[in-house]
Amino acid sequence: MARLNVKIHDLALKNPVMTASGTFGYGLEFADLMPLDGIGGIIVKGTTLRPREGNDYPRMAETAAGMLNCVGLQNKGVDYFCEHIYPQIKDIDTNMIVNVSGSSPDDYAECAARIDALEKIPAIELNISCPNVKGGGMAFGVTCAGASSVVRAVRQRYHKTLIVKLSPNVTNITEIARAVEAEGADSVSLINTLMGMAIDIEKRKTLLSINTGGLSGPAVKPVALRMVWQVAKSVKIPVIGLGGICTAKDAIEFLMAGATAIEIGTANFLDPTVSIKVRDGINAWLDSHGCKSVQEIIGVID
Amino acid sequence: MKKYLLDLTVKSVERIHERYVLIKLTDDKPLPEMQPGQFVEIRVDGSPTTFLRRPISINFVDQAQNELWLLVAAVGDGTRRLAQLQAGDTLNCLLPLGHGFTMPAFTSERFLLVGGGVGVAPLLYMGAEMHRQGNEPTFLLGARTAKDLLMLDIFKRYGRVCVTTEDGSEGEKGFVTNHSLLLKEQFSRIATCGPTPMMKAVARYARQSNTECEVSLENLMACGLGACLCCVEKTTEGNLCVCKEGPVFNIRKLLWQD
Repeated sequence: MARLNVKIHDLALKNPVMTASGTFGYGLEFADLMPLDGIGGIIVKGTTLRPREGNDYPRMAETAAGMLNCVGLQNKGVDYFCEHIYPQIKDIDTNMIVNVSGSSPDDYAECAARIDALEKIPAIELNISCPNVKGGGMAFGVTCAGASSVVRAVRQRYHKTLIVKLSPNVTNITEIARAVEAEGADSVSLINTLMGMAIDIEKRKTLLSINTGGLSGPAVKPVALRMVWQVAKSVKIPVIGLGGICTAKDAIEFLMAGATAIEIGTANFLDPTVSIKVRDGINAWLDSHGCKSVQEIIGVID
Repeated sequence: MKKYLLDLTVKSVERIHERYVLIKLTDDKPLPEMQPGQFVEIRVDGSPTTFLRRPISINFVDQAQNELWLLVAAVGDGTRRLAQLQAGDTLNCLLPLGHGFTMPAFTSERFLLVGGGVGVAPLLYMGAEMHRQGNEPTFLLGARTAKDLLMLDIFKRYGRVCVTTEDGSEGEKGFVTNHSLLLKEQFSRIATCGPTPMMKAVARYARQSNTECEVSLENLMACGLGACLCCVEKTTEGNLCVCKEGPVFNIRKLLWQD
Protein backbone atom coordinates (compact mmCIF):
# COMPACT_ATOMS: atom_id res chain seq x y z
CA MET A 1 0.00 0.00 0.00
CA ALA A 2 1.72 3.15 -1.23
CA ARG A 3 1.23 6.46 0.55
CA LEU A 4 -1.39 8.37 -1.39
CA ASN A 5 -1.73 11.52 0.69
CA VAL A 6 -0.97 14.87 -0.91
CA LYS A 7 -1.27 18.51 0.10
CA ILE A 8 -2.83 21.42 -1.73
CA HIS A 9 -1.51 24.40 0.23
CA ASP A 10 -2.98 23.83 3.74
CA LEU A 11 -5.41 21.24 2.52
CA ALA A 12 -4.44 17.66 3.35
CA LEU A 13 -5.93 15.07 1.00
CA LYS A 14 -5.93 11.40 1.98
CA ASN A 15 -5.46 10.62 -1.68
CA PRO A 16 -5.22 12.72 -4.84
CA VAL A 17 -8.65 11.81 -6.18
CA MET A 18 -11.48 14.33 -6.00
CA THR A 19 -14.75 14.68 -7.85
CA ALA A 20 -15.35 17.69 -10.08
CA SER A 21 -17.98 20.33 -9.50
CA GLY A 22 -21.27 19.79 -11.28
CA THR A 23 -20.70 16.08 -11.79
CA PHE A 24 -21.15 14.74 -8.27
CA GLY A 25 -23.94 16.87 -6.81
CA TYR A 26 -23.30 17.36 -3.12
CA GLY A 27 -21.91 13.85 -2.78
CA LEU A 28 -25.11 12.70 -1.11
CA GLU A 29 -26.56 11.58 -4.44
CA PHE A 30 -23.79 8.96 -4.63
CA ALA A 31 -23.78 7.86 -0.99
CA ASP A 32 -25.64 4.59 -1.69
CA LEU A 33 -23.15 3.61 -4.33
CA MET A 34 -19.67 4.32 -2.93
CA PRO A 35 -17.97 5.36 0.33
CA LEU A 36 -17.75 9.15 0.08
CA ASP A 37 -14.95 9.24 2.64
CA GLY A 38 -12.83 7.05 0.39
CA ILE A 39 -11.70 9.90 -1.83
CA GLY A 40 -9.56 12.96 -1.18
CA GLY A 41 -12.25 15.54 -1.74
CA ILE A 42 -15.64 16.35 -3.17
CA ILE A 43 -16.10 19.63 -5.01
CA VAL A 44 -19.77 20.42 -4.82
CA LYS A 45 -22.01 22.08 -7.37
CA GLY A 46 -21.29 25.67 -8.42
CA THR A 47 -22.77 28.09 -5.91
CA THR A 48 -23.63 31.74 -6.47
CA LEU A 49 -24.62 34.60 -4.19
CA ARG A 50 -28.20 34.58 -5.47
CA PRO A 51 -30.30 31.63 -6.69
CA ARG A 52 -30.00 30.84 -10.39
CA GLU A 53 -32.47 28.90 -12.53
CA GLY A 54 -29.84 28.05 -15.12
CA ASN A 55 -30.45 27.77 -18.85
CA ASP A 56 -33.45 26.27 -20.61
CA TYR A 57 -33.68 22.62 -21.58
CA PRO A 58 -32.07 21.02 -23.60
CA ARG A 59 -28.85 21.43 -21.69
CA MET A 60 -26.96 18.37 -22.82
CA ALA A 61 -25.83 16.70 -26.01
CA GLU A 62 -23.86 13.51 -26.37
CA THR A 63 -20.79 13.77 -28.61
CA ALA A 64 -17.97 11.48 -29.68
CA ALA A 65 -16.28 10.33 -26.45
CA GLY A 66 -17.85 13.15 -24.51
CA MET A 67 -20.75 15.45 -23.94
CA LEU A 68 -21.70 19.09 -24.18
CA ASN A 69 -23.59 20.84 -21.41
CA CYS A 70 -25.01 24.28 -20.90
CA VAL A 71 -26.54 23.89 -17.45
CA GLY A 72 -25.70 27.48 -16.60
CA LEU A 73 -24.98 27.24 -12.87
CA GLN A 74 -28.44 26.29 -11.65
CA ASN A 75 -28.31 26.48 -7.87
CA LYS A 76 -30.36 27.79 -4.96
CA GLY A 77 -27.82 30.36 -3.83
CA VAL A 78 -25.28 30.50 -1.03
CA ASP A 79 -27.77 31.19 1.77
CA TYR A 80 -29.75 28.07 0.90
CA PHE A 81 -26.48 26.14 0.74
CA CYS A 82 -25.38 27.32 4.18
CA GLU A 83 -28.75 26.70 5.77
CA HIS A 84 -29.98 23.49 4.14
CA ILE A 85 -27.14 21.67 2.42
CA TYR A 86 -24.14 22.35 4.62
CA PRO A 87 -25.71 20.61 7.66
CA GLN A 88 -26.19 17.47 5.54
CA ILE A 89 -22.62 17.35 4.20
CA LYS A 90 -20.48 18.80 6.96
CA ASP A 91 -19.81 15.44 8.61
CA ILE A 92 -18.75 13.58 5.50
CA ASP A 93 -15.19 12.57 6.32
CA THR A 94 -13.39 14.10 3.37
CA ASN A 95 -12.64 17.60 2.12
CA MET A 96 -15.94 19.16 1.12
CA ILE A 97 -14.99 22.00 -1.22
CA VAL A 98 -17.47 24.52 -2.58
CA ASN A 99 -17.22 25.75 -6.15
CA VAL A 100 -18.04 29.47 -6.17
CA SER A 101 -19.22 31.50 -9.14
CA GLY A 102 -20.52 35.01 -9.68
CA SER A 103 -21.16 37.83 -12.08
CA SER A 104 -18.97 40.52 -10.50
CA PRO A 105 -15.87 40.50 -8.28
CA ASP A 106 -18.03 41.71 -5.38
CA ASP A 107 -20.50 38.85 -5.95
CA TYR A 108 -17.71 36.31 -5.85
CA ALA A 109 -16.20 37.88 -2.74
CA GLU A 110 -19.49 38.04 -0.84
CA CYS A 111 -20.32 34.43 -1.69
CA ALA A 112 -16.80 33.32 -0.70
CA ALA A 113 -16.99 35.24 2.59
CA ARG A 114 -20.17 33.42 3.58
CA ILE A 115 -18.54 30.07 2.89
CA ASP A 116 -15.42 31.17 4.80
CA ALA A 117 -17.62 31.14 7.90
CA LEU A 118 -18.48 27.44 7.50
CA GLU A 119 -16.15 25.48 9.73
CA LYS A 120 -16.20 22.21 7.79
CA ILE A 121 -15.55 23.70 4.36
CA PRO A 122 -11.75 23.93 4.19
CA ALA A 123 -11.43 25.32 0.67
CA ILE A 124 -13.26 26.85 -2.24
CA GLU A 125 -12.75 26.44 -5.95
CA LEU A 126 -13.34 29.72 -7.72
CA ASN A 127 -15.07 29.18 -11.04
CA ILE A 128 -13.86 31.90 -13.38
CA SER A 129 -14.33 29.62 -16.33
CA CYS A 130 -17.98 28.62 -16.78
CA PRO A 131 -18.70 28.91 -20.51
CA ASN A 132 -22.47 28.83 -20.06
CA VAL A 133 -23.42 32.07 -18.35
CA LYS A 134 -23.48 35.51 -19.82
CA GLY A 135 -21.75 38.41 -18.09
CA GLY A 136 -19.78 36.30 -15.67
CA GLY A 137 -18.00 33.04 -15.27
CA MET A 138 -15.74 32.62 -18.23
CA ALA A 139 -15.81 36.34 -19.01
CA PHE A 140 -13.42 36.77 -16.08
CA GLY A 141 -11.32 33.75 -16.80
CA VAL A 142 -10.25 34.63 -20.32
CA THR A 143 -8.20 37.72 -19.53
CA CYS A 144 -5.45 38.21 -16.98
CA ALA A 145 -7.06 41.45 -15.81
CA GLY A 146 -10.47 39.81 -15.34
CA ALA A 147 -9.06 36.78 -13.54
CA SER A 148 -6.90 38.98 -11.32
CA SER A 149 -9.82 41.23 -10.38
CA VAL A 150 -11.92 38.31 -9.11
CA VAL A 151 -9.09 36.63 -7.21
CA ARG A 152 -8.04 39.94 -5.65
CA ALA A 153 -11.56 40.63 -4.41
CA VAL A 154 -12.03 37.11 -3.05
CA ARG A 155 -8.59 36.90 -1.46
CA GLN A 156 -9.42 39.87 0.77
CA ARG A 157 -12.43 38.08 2.22
CA TYR A 158 -11.55 34.41 2.02
CA HIS A 159 -8.88 33.06 4.33
CA LYS A 160 -8.73 29.32 3.72
CA THR A 161 -7.38 27.39 0.76
CA LEU A 162 -8.31 29.17 -2.45
CA ILE A 163 -8.28 27.12 -5.64
CA VAL A 164 -8.96 28.90 -8.94
CA LYS A 165 -10.48 26.87 -11.78
CA LEU A 166 -9.13 27.94 -15.14
CA SER A 167 -10.73 28.07 -18.56
CA PRO A 168 -9.08 26.32 -21.49
CA ASN A 169 -10.79 28.75 -23.87
CA VAL A 170 -7.81 31.08 -23.91
CA THR A 171 -4.76 31.70 -26.06
CA ASN A 172 -2.23 31.08 -23.32
CA ILE A 173 -3.45 29.46 -20.12
CA THR A 174 -0.09 29.87 -18.35
CA GLU A 175 -0.51 33.67 -18.34
CA ILE A 176 -3.86 33.38 -16.56
CA ALA A 177 -2.39 30.86 -14.11
CA ARG A 178 0.47 33.21 -13.27
CA ALA A 179 -1.92 36.14 -12.91
CA VAL A 180 -4.08 34.37 -10.33
CA GLU A 181 -0.99 33.07 -8.53
CA ALA A 182 0.23 36.65 -8.22
CA GLU A 183 -3.08 37.63 -6.61
CA GLY A 184 -2.75 35.01 -3.93
CA ALA A 185 -4.44 31.88 -5.28
CA ASP A 186 -3.24 28.83 -3.36
CA SER A 187 -3.80 26.43 -6.22
CA VAL A 188 -5.18 26.27 -9.74
CA SER A 189 -7.42 23.55 -11.13
CA LEU A 190 -7.72 22.94 -14.85
CA ILE A 191 -9.39 22.51 -17.20
CA ASN A 192 -12.99 23.61 -17.17
CA THR A 193 -14.97 22.57 -20.25
CA LEU A 194 -14.02 23.53 -23.80
CA MET A 195 -16.61 25.61 -25.65
CA GLY A 196 -18.31 23.51 -28.28
CA MET A 197 -21.43 23.01 -30.35
CA ALA A 198 -23.55 20.32 -32.01
CA ILE A 199 -26.28 20.51 -34.64
CA ASP A 200 -29.29 18.32 -35.46
CA ILE A 201 -29.03 18.32 -39.24
CA GLU A 202 -32.62 17.13 -39.79
CA LYS A 203 -34.12 19.90 -37.67
CA ARG A 204 -31.41 22.39 -38.76
CA LYS A 205 -31.12 23.45 -35.14
CA THR A 206 -28.44 23.36 -32.51
CA LEU A 207 -28.83 20.66 -29.88
CA LEU A 208 -28.41 23.03 -26.93
CA SER A 209 -30.84 25.74 -25.85
CA ILE A 210 -28.16 28.46 -25.93
CA ASN A 211 -26.46 26.98 -29.02
CA THR A 212 -23.07 26.45 -27.41
CA GLY A 213 -21.95 24.46 -24.39
CA GLY A 214 -18.95 23.07 -22.59
CA LEU A 215 -17.33 19.89 -23.89
CA SER A 216 -16.17 17.33 -21.35
CA GLY A 217 -15.24 13.67 -21.25
CA PRO A 218 -12.39 11.63 -22.74
CA ALA A 219 -12.51 13.77 -25.90
CA VAL A 220 -10.83 16.65 -24.05
CA LYS A 221 -8.20 14.66 -22.14
CA PRO A 222 -5.18 15.27 -24.37
CA VAL A 223 -5.87 19.00 -24.40
CA ALA A 224 -6.28 19.07 -20.63
CA LEU A 225 -3.13 17.06 -20.07
CA ARG A 226 -1.09 19.41 -22.24
CA MET A 227 -2.41 22.45 -20.37
CA VAL A 228 -1.74 20.90 -16.96
CA TRP A 229 1.83 20.17 -18.03
CA GLN A 230 2.32 23.73 -19.27
CA VAL A 231 0.81 25.33 -16.18
CA ALA A 232 2.65 23.07 -13.73
CA LYS A 233 5.92 24.29 -15.23
CA SER A 234 4.83 27.94 -15.02
CA VAL A 235 3.59 28.34 -11.44
CA LYS A 236 4.87 27.44 -7.98
CA ILE A 237 1.47 26.70 -6.46
CA PRO A 238 0.07 23.16 -6.71
CA VAL A 239 -1.94 22.27 -9.78
CA ILE A 240 -5.08 20.13 -9.78
CA GLY A 241 -5.66 18.35 -13.07
CA LEU A 242 -8.96 17.44 -14.64
CA GLY A 243 -10.44 16.86 -18.05
CA GLY A 244 -11.67 13.50 -19.27
CA ILE A 245 -10.13 11.34 -16.56
CA CYS A 246 -11.85 7.93 -16.58
CA THR A 247 -9.20 5.49 -15.38
CA ALA A 248 -6.24 5.24 -13.04
CA LYS A 249 -3.98 5.39 -16.08
CA ASP A 250 -5.54 8.72 -17.07
CA ALA A 251 -5.06 10.02 -13.52
CA ILE A 252 -1.42 8.90 -13.42
CA GLU A 253 -0.78 10.75 -16.68
CA PHE A 254 -2.01 13.96 -15.06
CA LEU A 255 0.08 13.35 -11.95
CA MET A 256 3.16 12.75 -14.09
CA ALA A 257 2.39 15.92 -16.05
CA GLY A 258 2.63 17.85 -12.80
CA ALA A 259 -0.78 17.70 -11.11
CA THR A 260 -0.63 17.23 -7.34
CA ALA A 261 -4.24 16.01 -7.32
CA ILE A 262 -6.89 15.25 -9.90
CA GLU A 263 -10.63 15.65 -10.30
CA ILE A 264 -12.97 13.20 -11.96
CA GLY A 265 -15.93 14.75 -13.73
CA THR A 266 -17.99 13.35 -16.56
CA ALA A 267 -16.80 9.79 -15.83
CA ASN A 268 -19.00 9.87 -12.71
CA PHE A 269 -21.98 9.70 -15.07
CA LEU A 270 -20.68 6.55 -16.73
CA ASP A 271 -19.72 4.81 -13.50
CA PRO A 272 -20.75 6.45 -10.23
CA THR A 273 -18.08 4.45 -8.40
CA VAL A 274 -15.24 5.40 -10.75
CA SER A 275 -13.41 7.66 -8.28
CA ILE A 276 -12.85 4.76 -5.88
CA LYS A 277 -11.65 2.59 -8.76
CA VAL A 278 -9.21 5.31 -9.86
CA ARG A 279 -7.89 5.62 -6.30
CA ASP A 280 -7.37 1.87 -6.06
CA GLY A 281 -5.84 1.76 -9.52
CA ILE A 282 -3.31 4.46 -8.66
CA ASN A 283 -2.36 2.54 -5.52
CA ALA A 284 -2.01 -0.73 -7.43
CA TRP A 285 0.16 0.90 -10.07
CA LEU A 286 2.43 2.49 -7.47
CA ASP A 287 2.77 -0.84 -5.66
CA SER A 288 3.53 -2.74 -8.81
CA HIS A 289 6.17 -0.18 -9.79
CA GLY A 290 7.88 -0.14 -6.41
CA CYS A 291 6.79 3.39 -5.53
CA LYS A 292 6.29 4.01 -1.82
CA SER A 293 4.46 7.28 -2.32
CA VAL A 294 2.42 9.02 -4.98
CA GLN A 295 4.84 11.95 -4.57
CA GLU A 296 7.40 9.93 -6.52
CA ILE A 297 5.48 10.32 -9.76
CA ILE A 298 4.13 13.87 -9.49
CA GLY A 299 5.69 16.07 -12.15
CA VAL A 300 8.15 13.51 -13.48
CA ILE A 301 7.59 14.76 -17.01
CA ASP A 302 9.92 17.68 -17.61
CA MET B 1 -34.89 3.92 -1.94
CA LYS B 2 -31.38 2.57 -1.90
CA LYS B 3 -29.68 2.56 -5.28
CA TYR B 4 -27.47 -0.18 -6.63
CA LEU B 5 -24.90 -0.61 -9.38
CA LEU B 6 -25.26 -4.21 -10.52
CA ASP B 7 -23.99 -6.44 -13.31
CA LEU B 8 -27.21 -8.28 -14.12
CA THR B 9 -27.28 -11.42 -16.23
CA VAL B 10 -29.25 -11.47 -19.47
CA LYS B 11 -31.73 -14.32 -19.34
CA SER B 12 -33.32 -13.73 -22.72
CA VAL B 13 -33.68 -11.15 -25.47
CA GLU B 14 -36.92 -11.46 -27.38
CA ARG B 15 -37.73 -9.40 -30.45
CA ILE B 16 -41.41 -8.68 -29.94
CA HIS B 17 -41.66 -6.18 -32.80
CA GLU B 18 -39.45 -5.04 -35.68
CA ARG B 19 -38.38 -2.07 -33.55
CA TYR B 20 -38.65 -3.42 -29.99
CA VAL B 21 -36.92 -6.04 -27.91
CA LEU B 22 -37.84 -7.38 -24.48
CA ILE B 23 -34.74 -7.98 -22.35
CA LYS B 24 -35.17 -10.17 -19.26
CA LEU B 25 -32.45 -9.81 -16.64
CA THR B 26 -31.73 -11.74 -13.49
CA ASP B 27 -29.17 -11.97 -10.70
CA ASP B 28 -27.83 -14.56 -8.25
CA LYS B 29 -29.15 -12.45 -5.39
CA PRO B 30 -32.72 -11.19 -5.04
CA LEU B 31 -33.20 -8.06 -7.14
CA PRO B 32 -33.62 -4.79 -5.21
CA GLU B 33 -37.09 -3.49 -4.48
CA MET B 34 -38.35 -1.32 -7.34
CA GLN B 35 -41.46 0.81 -7.75
CA PRO B 36 -43.60 1.12 -10.87
CA GLY B 37 -42.50 4.20 -12.81
CA GLN B 38 -38.88 4.04 -11.67
CA PHE B 39 -36.14 3.44 -14.22
CA VAL B 40 -32.74 1.90 -14.80
CA GLU B 41 -29.64 3.53 -16.32
CA ILE B 42 -27.87 0.92 -18.37
CA ARG B 43 -24.35 1.02 -19.71
CA VAL B 44 -24.08 0.12 -23.37
CA ASP B 45 -20.80 -1.54 -24.25
CA GLY B 46 -19.36 -1.82 -27.73
CA SER B 47 -21.13 1.16 -29.28
CA PRO B 48 -18.67 3.93 -30.13
CA THR B 49 -21.42 6.52 -30.53
CA THR B 50 -23.06 5.72 -27.18
CA PHE B 51 -21.10 7.59 -24.55
CA LEU B 52 -23.66 7.98 -21.77
CA ARG B 53 -25.82 5.42 -20.02
CA ARG B 54 -29.33 4.93 -21.37
CA PRO B 55 -32.37 5.42 -19.14
CA ILE B 56 -34.89 2.61 -19.62
CA SER B 57 -38.13 2.36 -17.68
CA ILE B 58 -38.87 -0.72 -15.60
CA ASN B 59 -41.30 -2.77 -17.66
CA PHE B 60 -41.96 -5.56 -15.20
CA VAL B 61 -40.49 -7.21 -12.14
CA ASP B 62 -41.22 -10.90 -11.80
CA GLN B 63 -40.52 -11.55 -8.14
CA ALA B 64 -41.09 -15.30 -8.42
CA GLN B 65 -38.57 -15.65 -11.24
CA ASN B 66 -36.28 -12.88 -9.87
CA GLU B 67 -36.50 -11.14 -13.24
CA LEU B 68 -36.35 -7.53 -14.33
CA TRP B 69 -37.87 -6.82 -17.75
CA LEU B 70 -36.82 -3.91 -19.95
CA LEU B 71 -38.68 -3.02 -23.12
CA VAL B 72 -36.22 -1.32 -25.44
CA ALA B 73 -36.83 0.48 -28.72
CA ALA B 74 -33.90 -0.31 -31.00
CA VAL B 75 -33.63 3.13 -32.55
CA GLY B 76 -29.99 4.24 -32.32
CA ASP B 77 -26.68 2.42 -32.43
CA GLY B 78 -26.66 1.95 -28.67
CA THR B 79 -30.12 0.47 -28.36
CA ARG B 80 -29.51 -1.69 -31.45
CA ARG B 81 -26.45 -3.01 -29.62
CA LEU B 82 -28.69 -3.89 -26.68
CA ALA B 83 -30.94 -5.81 -29.03
CA GLN B 84 -27.93 -8.00 -29.93
CA LEU B 85 -27.30 -9.13 -26.35
CA GLN B 86 -27.28 -12.89 -25.81
CA ALA B 87 -28.45 -14.99 -22.89
CA GLY B 88 -25.61 -15.15 -20.36
CA ASP B 89 -24.22 -11.69 -21.22
CA THR B 90 -24.11 -9.14 -18.44
CA LEU B 91 -25.63 -5.69 -18.44
CA ASN B 92 -24.39 -3.04 -16.01
CA CYS B 93 -27.43 -1.42 -14.41
CA LEU B 94 -27.82 1.53 -12.06
CA LEU B 95 -31.15 1.12 -10.31
CA PRO B 96 -33.79 1.83 -9.15
CA LEU B 97 -33.82 5.52 -10.07
CA GLY B 98 -36.33 8.34 -9.66
CA HIS B 99 -39.81 8.47 -8.19
CA GLY B 100 -42.54 6.23 -9.51
CA PHE B 101 -46.29 6.49 -9.87
CA THR B 102 -48.64 7.02 -6.94
CA MET B 103 -50.26 3.69 -6.15
CA PRO B 104 -53.90 3.34 -5.06
CA ALA B 105 -54.57 4.17 -1.44
CA PHE B 106 -57.39 1.59 -1.22
CA THR B 107 -58.37 -1.36 -3.38
CA SER B 108 -61.53 0.01 -4.94
CA GLU B 109 -59.83 3.15 -6.22
CA ARG B 110 -60.34 3.37 -10.00
CA PHE B 111 -57.11 3.96 -11.89
CA LEU B 112 -56.76 4.47 -15.62
CA LEU B 113 -53.34 3.68 -17.07
CA VAL B 114 -52.85 5.32 -20.47
CA GLY B 115 -49.91 4.29 -22.64
CA GLY B 116 -48.76 4.96 -26.17
CA GLY B 117 -46.09 3.18 -28.20
CA VAL B 118 -43.14 2.00 -26.12
CA GLY B 119 -44.52 4.23 -23.35
CA VAL B 120 -46.76 1.34 -22.34
CA ALA B 121 -43.69 -0.24 -20.71
CA PRO B 122 -43.91 1.05 -17.10
CA LEU B 123 -47.69 0.64 -17.02
CA LEU B 124 -47.39 -3.14 -17.16
CA TYR B 125 -45.48 -3.27 -13.87
CA MET B 126 -47.81 -0.70 -12.36
CA GLY B 127 -50.93 -2.65 -13.41
CA ALA B 128 -49.43 -5.91 -12.19
CA GLU B 129 -48.62 -4.39 -8.80
CA MET B 130 -52.15 -2.98 -8.56
CA HIS B 131 -53.55 -6.39 -9.45
CA ARG B 132 -51.36 -8.04 -6.81
CA GLN B 133 -52.76 -5.61 -4.25
CA GLY B 134 -56.31 -6.56 -5.19
CA ASN B 135 -57.08 -3.63 -7.48
CA GLU B 136 -58.40 -3.88 -11.02
CA PRO B 137 -56.71 -1.32 -13.27
CA THR B 138 -58.07 -0.21 -16.63
CA PHE B 139 -55.44 0.05 -19.35
CA LEU B 140 -56.00 2.36 -22.30
CA LEU B 141 -53.29 1.56 -24.84
CA GLY B 142 -52.74 3.27 -28.15
CA ALA B 143 -50.56 2.55 -31.16
CA ARG B 144 -50.33 3.32 -34.85
CA THR B 145 -51.55 -0.09 -36.02
CA ALA B 146 -52.58 -3.43 -34.47
CA LYS B 147 -49.09 -4.87 -34.81
CA ASP B 148 -47.61 -1.92 -32.89
CA LEU B 149 -49.60 -2.78 -29.76
CA LEU B 150 -46.97 -4.23 -27.47
CA MET B 151 -47.44 -7.05 -24.93
CA LEU B 152 -51.23 -6.88 -25.19
CA ASP B 153 -51.76 -10.45 -23.95
CA ILE B 154 -49.70 -9.81 -20.84
CA PHE B 155 -51.59 -6.60 -20.03
CA LYS B 156 -54.85 -8.58 -20.20
CA ARG B 157 -53.69 -10.77 -17.29
CA TYR B 158 -53.79 -7.81 -14.91
CA GLY B 159 -56.82 -5.75 -15.84
CA ARG B 160 -59.30 -4.54 -18.41
CA VAL B 161 -57.63 -3.45 -21.66
CA CYS B 162 -59.05 -0.81 -24.00
CA VAL B 163 -57.28 -0.13 -27.26
CA THR B 164 -57.07 2.52 -29.94
CA THR B 165 -55.14 2.39 -33.21
CA GLU B 166 -54.64 5.26 -35.61
CA ASP B 167 -55.67 3.12 -38.59
CA GLY B 168 -58.49 1.33 -36.80
CA SER B 169 -56.89 -2.09 -37.28
CA GLU B 170 -57.63 -2.96 -33.65
CA GLY B 171 -59.89 -1.41 -31.03
CA GLU B 172 -61.35 2.02 -31.63
CA LYS B 173 -59.93 4.15 -34.41
CA GLY B 174 -58.06 7.29 -33.37
CA PHE B 175 -55.89 8.42 -30.49
CA VAL B 176 -56.21 7.27 -26.87
CA THR B 177 -57.97 10.50 -25.98
CA ASN B 178 -60.67 9.71 -28.57
CA HIS B 179 -61.67 6.45 -26.87
CA SER B 180 -65.36 6.24 -25.91
CA LEU B 181 -64.37 4.99 -22.46
CA LEU B 182 -63.42 8.53 -21.50
CA LEU B 183 -66.96 9.76 -22.19
CA LYS B 184 -68.61 6.99 -20.21
CA GLU B 185 -66.53 6.51 -17.11
CA GLN B 186 -64.86 8.57 -14.44
CA PHE B 187 -61.59 7.57 -12.79
CA SER B 188 -60.00 8.85 -9.60
CA ARG B 189 -56.52 8.92 -11.10
CA ILE B 190 -54.74 8.62 -14.43
CA ALA B 191 -51.17 7.45 -14.92
CA THR B 192 -49.74 8.00 -18.39
CA CYS B 193 -46.57 7.39 -20.34
CA GLY B 194 -45.93 7.82 -24.04
CA PRO B 195 -45.12 10.45 -26.64
CA THR B 196 -45.30 14.00 -25.26
CA PRO B 197 -48.20 15.11 -27.50
CA MET B 198 -50.20 12.12 -26.27
CA MET B 199 -49.40 12.85 -22.62
CA LYS B 200 -50.32 16.51 -23.10
CA ALA B 201 -53.67 15.45 -24.59
CA VAL B 202 -54.25 13.08 -21.67
CA ALA B 203 -53.33 15.85 -19.24
CA ARG B 204 -55.85 18.15 -20.97
CA TYR B 205 -58.56 15.51 -20.57
CA ALA B 206 -57.59 15.06 -16.89
CA ARG B 207 -57.86 18.79 -16.20
CA GLN B 208 -61.23 19.01 -17.95
CA SER B 209 -62.60 16.00 -16.11
CA ASN B 210 -61.05 17.05 -12.82
CA THR B 211 -59.05 13.83 -12.52
CA GLU B 212 -55.70 13.48 -10.74
CA CYS B 213 -53.06 12.74 -13.37
CA GLU B 214 -49.42 11.73 -13.33
CA VAL B 215 -47.19 11.69 -16.40
CA SER B 216 -43.80 10.05 -16.89
CA LEU B 217 -41.31 12.33 -18.65
CA GLU B 218 -38.26 11.24 -20.57
CA ASN B 219 -36.06 14.31 -20.90
CA LEU B 220 -32.52 13.66 -22.11
CA MET B 221 -30.38 12.84 -19.13
CA ALA B 222 -26.80 12.06 -18.20
CA CYS B 223 -26.19 11.02 -14.59
CA GLY B 224 -29.62 9.70 -13.58
CA LEU B 225 -28.91 10.72 -9.98
CA GLY B 226 -29.76 14.43 -9.84
CA ALA B 227 -26.14 15.52 -10.00
CA CYS B 228 -25.63 17.01 -13.47
CA LEU B 229 -28.89 18.98 -13.74
CA CYS B 230 -29.18 18.30 -17.48
CA CYS B 231 -32.66 16.75 -17.61
CA VAL B 232 -34.59 19.58 -15.98
CA GLU B 233 -38.27 20.28 -16.51
CA LYS B 234 -39.83 23.65 -15.69
CA THR B 235 -42.26 23.22 -12.82
CA THR B 236 -44.15 25.28 -10.28
CA GLU B 237 -41.13 24.76 -8.04
CA GLY B 238 -38.61 25.90 -10.67
CA ASN B 239 -36.37 23.63 -12.71
CA LEU B 240 -36.50 20.08 -11.37
CA CYS B 241 -34.46 17.06 -12.43
CA VAL B 242 -36.60 14.51 -14.22
CA CYS B 243 -34.18 11.77 -13.12
CA LYS B 244 -34.48 12.52 -9.41
CA GLU B 245 -37.72 14.43 -8.74
CA GLY B 246 -39.43 12.53 -11.57
CA PRO B 247 -39.65 10.87 -13.99
CA VAL B 248 -43.25 10.83 -12.76
CA PHE B 249 -44.84 14.21 -12.10
CA ASN B 250 -48.34 15.27 -11.15
CA ILE B 251 -49.53 17.51 -13.99
CA ARG B 252 -50.37 20.24 -11.48
CA LYS B 253 -46.65 20.63 -10.91
CA LEU B 254 -45.84 21.03 -14.62
CA LEU B 255 -46.21 24.19 -16.67
CA TRP B 256 -48.27 22.48 -19.35
CA GLN B 257 -50.82 25.19 -20.06
CA ASP B 258 -52.19 24.14 -23.45
